[in-house]
Amino acid sequence: MTRGRPSVSWRRATQSRLFFPLAILAVIMLFDLAFDPAFFELEVIDGHFYGSLVDIVRNGSTVMLLAIGMTLVIATGGVDLSVGAVMAISASVAAILINPDFLEVSRDAAYTFTPLPLVIILALVVATICGLWNGILVAYWNIQPMVATLILMIAGRGIAQLLTSGTRIQIFYEPYAWFGNGWIVVPVSLFIVAALYLGAWLATRRTALGMFIESVGINARSSFYSGINEKRVKLVAYMFCGFCAGLAGIVASSNIRTSDANNIGLNLELDAILAVVIGGTAMGTGGRFSLLASVVGALVIQAITTSMYAVGVPANALLAIKGFVVVVVILLLSAQFRDVVERLGTRKAKAA
Amino acid sequence: MWSSIGARLAANRRLIPLAATVSLFVLAYLFGAVMYDGMRDPQIFLNLFRASPFLLISAVGMTVVILSGGIDLSVGGVVALTTVASAALLRAGGIDPWAIMLLMLAMGMAIGGAMGFLITYLKLQPFIVTLAGLWVARGLSFWISDDAIPIDNRLYTVLGQTRILIPGLSDPVTKVGPFISIPVILEFVVLLVAVFALHYTRFGRTVYAVGGSEQSARLMGLPVNRTKMLVYTINGLCSALAGIALSIDVSSGHGRYAPGLELTVIGAVVIGGTLLTGGVGYVIGTLFGVLVIGVIQTLIQFNGQLSSWWTPIAVGALTLAFIGIQSALAARKARPSARRNRPRESTRENPALQGESA
Repeated sequence: MTRGRPSVSWRRATQSRLFFPLAILAVIMLFDLAFDPAFFELEVIDGHFYGSLVDIVRNGSTVMLLAIGMTLVIATGGVDLSVGAVMAISASVAAILINPDFLEVSRDAAYTFTPLPLVIILALVVATICGLWNGILVAYWNIQPMVATLILMIAGRGIAQLLTSGTRIQIFYEPYAWFGNGWIVVPVSLFIVAALYLGAWLATRRTALGMFIESVGINARSSFYSGINEKRVKLVAYMFCGFCAGLAGIVASSNIRTSDANNIGLNLELDAILAVVIGGTAMGTGGRFSLLASVVGALVIQAITTSMYAVGVPANALLAIKGFVVVVVILLLSAQFRDVVERLGTRKAKAA
Repeated sequence: MWSSIGARLAANRRLIPLAATVSLFVLAYLFGAVMYDGMRDPQIFLNLFRASPFLLISAVGMTVVILSGGIDLSVGGVVALTTVASAALLRAGGIDPWAIMLLMLAMGMAIGGAMGFLITYLKLQPFIVTLAGLWVARGLSFWISDDAIPIDNRLYTVLGQTRILIPGLSDPVTKVGPFISIPVILEFVVLLVAVFALHYTRFGRTVYAVGGSEQSARLMGLPVNRTKMLVYTINGLCSALAGIALSIDVSSGHGRYAPGLELTVIGAVVIGGTLLTGGVGYVIGTLFGVLVIGVIQTLIQFNGQLSSWWTPIAVGALTLAFIGIQSALAARKARPSARRNRPRESTRENPALQGESA
């Protein structure tokens, strides 16, 4: 920024919260294009869109769902490490409700023990209760968010295992599989993401809730003195995050037609946190947030994942790359790091 | 004797969580001994130590970090990475196993030091840095190998299989009877070194001071930055040492080893009476924290009907209970209530005090 004087519109564009995630997304897309010239091609088969881009959006839908909830939690100055485990819990609840006698597998595609709406509602209620638990620990017990949610992160998978007696439950009920596999021109999961985004956007930007969340993140104590019930704001944020994780668990288990307590949502808390951080919401300190930037951040993560698979990086090793990306992004966003870089710059300028 | 212990407890509230842990351990063990005949076997008691070397070593490192007011979530990853890396190096051959162990310790210190640097000098949040460290370490271990690598090395076998008989309880001629293994000795050496370093050296006092209040420690002229760097480096060293102990124990290496070790270790430290906000606690409490978790595991095994998944749930519940006890004790201290309502902003200290890092 010290070089020359950039035009006003350029500066406004670069200072937008969307600039950074969109720029990364563009770089990854260009990389993919160089790797596979057919990357941007879209096919229309039976009125449905297919192609690599659609794949990224479709596979990224769970991370987008998680990122929307995680944004609010991180904006209050917290973090929720338990989203992956909550996904496993909600998937297990759904699978058990569909077929409580899961050892006697019924392969009937129309059979369900519980009506579908009830399955969805109960799974979401259980997930929201998990969020409520996190929220109580963080807001009312004053436990550090990271430790409070770590407990559910580890114990939650144990709970999911207990629910399913440690088995992997296959889901044959076809209407349930529609959420993760259906298409209405574009994948159904996208409509779920859009609906959740719209709901969250309306709740945070058309009511005062969004401002409350930001104010609690910036300074919980002064929010309290200004008459905001900061504990309840935090509680709502964690409950909403649990709800989103439950939705993500339903979409994920519906997509693979299986509820696997060990692997559903494994390491996805990483992806969700990373998406929010790329979206520019400050980790640990909270404050201003942008839901749209987080969603774009989730797309960045999914694009990275898809590209790495294309290059042939093993799935588990991908963790290392994402870990590095987290550190680099946080460094770029940290004021301290910018100070150091700026100081180095001025020192060089003085020497010259 | 009992009355003097009571008097000390009354005089020093800080000992209450520790006393609670010790009694919990004794009661849980007595309960097991009454319920199950097998638990009266002295070997089962010694197995509590034999099963825990990597846990205790890692928990001791974590105690130092938490006492200094920080947190390290990367321990499980570094432990797994150490097992895989040493197994891969042993399989490749050509390097002396002792040299490999030294290399692993250096690697652990390098990882811990790097995280410490980011936390101390670039002022990043400890939990996000170490969380990233966890992912990087686990990812790297899968990069080395997707499958478990067996360790077939004489030194590792000797270290793992040697039985040290307990004088007075075992028969030295037939070599039967209760025994411990070499890693058990290692874990107690680590524990004793930590007790000495924390309670009898300048470094230890600085750790407590930094954990109590980083601002005050800076104002007192204590080397805060150096101590924080050192704390994370030491924990990296402990994680690597724990990884070596684990690879000796299971004779193989895999990136999935030590799953959820973060919670178990943090749980052991908290159950041991150390305050999560730093500055308060004893490393000897951590030993009992590890033992309590060990007894829970043993009880679940002896019960035979409970799924092993109850262990993380029980550990989580106990951790919560102890956090609850401590916040209740803290509330009774009748400090200004503002302290409890204050959000975590101690790391963002007064800009006037940041001179040292500049």
